[in-house]
Amino acid sequence: MLVTFPHMGNAYIAMKSVLEDLGVEVLVPPPCTKRTLELGTKHAPELACLPLKLNIGNYIEALEMGAEVIVMAGGCGPCRFGYYAEVQREILQDLGCNFKMVVLERPQGNARDFVKKIAMITGGKNILQVLASIKRATRVAVLMDELESLCWQVRPREKREGTVSRLMREFHSQAVKTRGSGKLAILIGEYKNRISRVETEEKKEVLRIGIVGEIYTVIEPFVNVSIAEKLGDLGAEVDKSITVSYWVINHLIKEALHMHDKRELREASYPYLRSFVGGHGQESVANTVLYKRRGYDGVIHLLPFTCMPEIVARSVLPEVSHRYGIPVMTLVLDEMTGEAGYMTRLEAFVDLIRRKKEMKELYEERILSGD
Amino acid sequence: MKKEFYLGIDVGSVSTNLVLLNSQRELVYRDYLRTMGQPIRVVQQGLKNLKDKMGKINIAGAGATGSGRKLAGIMIGADVVKNEITTHAVAALDANPAVSTILEIGGQDSKIIMLRDGIVSDFAMNTVCAAGTGSFLDRQAARLQIPIEEFGDLALNSKTEVRVAGRCAVFAETDMIHKQQLGHRVEDIVYGLCQALVRNYLNNLGKGKDIKPSVLFQGGVAANRGIREAFRRELGMEIEVPPHYDVMGAIGAALIAKDAVRRERRTSFRGLDVSECQFGVRPIECKGCANMCEIIEIVKDGAGIACWGDRCGKWSSRISKYA
Repeated sequence: MLVTFPHMGNAYIAMKSVLEDLGVEVLVPPPCTKRTLELGTKHAPELACLPLKLNIGNYIEALEMGAEVIVMAGGCGPCRFGYYAEVQREILQDLGCNFKMVVLERPQGNARDFVKKIAMITGGKNILQVLASIKRATRVAVLMDELESLCWQVRPREKREGTVSRLMREFHSQAVKTRGSGKLAILIGEYKNRISRVETEEKKEVLRIGIVGEIYTVIEPFVNVSIAEKLGDLGAEVDKSITVSYWVINHLIKEALHMHDKRELREASYPYLRSFVGGHGQESVANTVLYKRRGYDGVIHLLPFTCMPEIVARSVLPEVSHRYGIPVMTLVLDEMTGEAGYMTRLEAFVDLIRRKKEMKELYEERILSGD
Repeated sequence: MKKEFYLGIDVGSVSTNLVLLNSQRELVYRDYLRTMGQPIRVVQQGLKNLKDKMGKINIAGAGATGSGRKLAGIMIGADVVKNEITTHAVAALDANPAVSTILEIGGQDSKIIMLRDGIVSDFAMNTVCAAGTGSFLDRQAARLQIPIEEFGDLALNSKTEVRVAGRCAVFAETDMIHKQQLGHRVEDIVYGLCQALVRNYLNNLGKGKDIKPSVLFQGGVAANRGIREAFRRELGMEIEVPPHYDVMGAIGAALIAKDAVRRERRTSFRGLDVSECQFGVRPIECKGCANMCEIIEIVKDGAGIACWGDRCGKWSSRISKYA
């Protein structure tokens, strides 16, 4: 039984890890490409948001390669995503695809259903084995995000432009072929080593930009025009407010155990957005404030076209930006594959915050020197 | 010492502008060409025109901007290749150091730029719709058989307000036809259209932004007096149109180039003879993965000088080899 799942940035590594540790044969779909997008837009409803379309593209490409089972996350809300799996199942069935879909939802009260589904994929592994492999995969997800975050720091400082990106391409082509949590962790460690040894210019003045917004567009480089790479090449260090490990730990594990502490988020988004508006809308507002407090120079807000929760955040952000004095730029992402427009905006945004920072430093110098 | 000049080229989707500034930052030459989807040829034509008109001059630095900036930058060996937001802001600040808001409407896109204390503090570019741009006005003028140059002045003769829907170019056109059929006067409809465009622009780009005077209006559409008037009434502020409103991007590029050359003490400009070189493009369809990127290699006198269009960097990383 060959199992597949949709892509979301580096999430495939954690998924591979958990399934392979349980002895499941995994087929990672080919990375999202123009073809994936074309397949998705052809078969998905036109008004659906971009992630749904790309998921469908992933499934079709994986099924072509022989996948038999699709694992997808589901749930009640918090936005249209909750209904993705059902819609996708119908679409694939209408296309006459031959597959089985397992929708994993966060156990809400009744854990038996969840355990049953896991047992179905794994062919009857016991719950302790399942929990142990989830734990190991979570660890792999954390390591992976540490590796990515290291890239975001090194890229703007590297002496030879493109070194980090080249190493990461190499990493991904090997990761797809590496089986199980143990070997994946070793591979990640090896690349962490190699990237931390990339030659850098330590003295270089680097800007810091936080990325907030809808989870899929923040994490998947194909839809966000590889924003972290582009900003890195423009001399800015980025940080993403949402990562795969953050999502796994906070939304899947802690939320299920009612341990997800949202006090900081609520406090930071107060009084601009006082309630949960679905998806990560409230987080986008809160994280913008938190980035400012951590001394970041600017924030970029990403959303797929028609994303309701982020549209709410978007209408609040200009006020937050104004009050806290932190530049915020929103980018709406859709099917366009032309990157020129995004490049112009990113360049202009980096110019803006660089100038702003220089002026501020000049001003502070003047005050200190008493001129 | 020979006089020094600075060249700015703005390769936009509709037009390509060239300007030459002297060392006092005054405009001494300007040229407007239609891009017509052939940026390489039009840049060479522009340089040839410049050479014919100005003769042998000392160009001490050059800058490129506009959506075709990368291509133009490689061709001429520009000292700086800058995005349109920055170049427009620099040029506006040079025209009026007290500027706080820049309204810019060009052929295919429009932007708003906010400045505080002489630096860009915020900006927005239109993302979704053509209803706020010059192409739309062009089309409507053609439909009404009014030369675009007279379009704005005609609007000023309007006595009665006619409301035209401005959210979408298609709706606006339907609405205009409907109003025409009811018998409204052309000048009223034309002014209604100007108001609709301004409303759409302010709703789209000006949303949540603090528009303060001095307001500078630039880009090709600033020639339209009807639009200027509609902005003045809608904002309740005087709208200033700088003398070279339609080539501000190119002016900004030249100014930034001047600055860069002063710092670097050298220029990488290839010289006006570039107009005689043989430029070409070699399209490559990469079959490395399912993205099937359409790669473009820029060729000068038979040798590749730059390459782009790939997602993975396999081809464009070869640029360093060329340089």
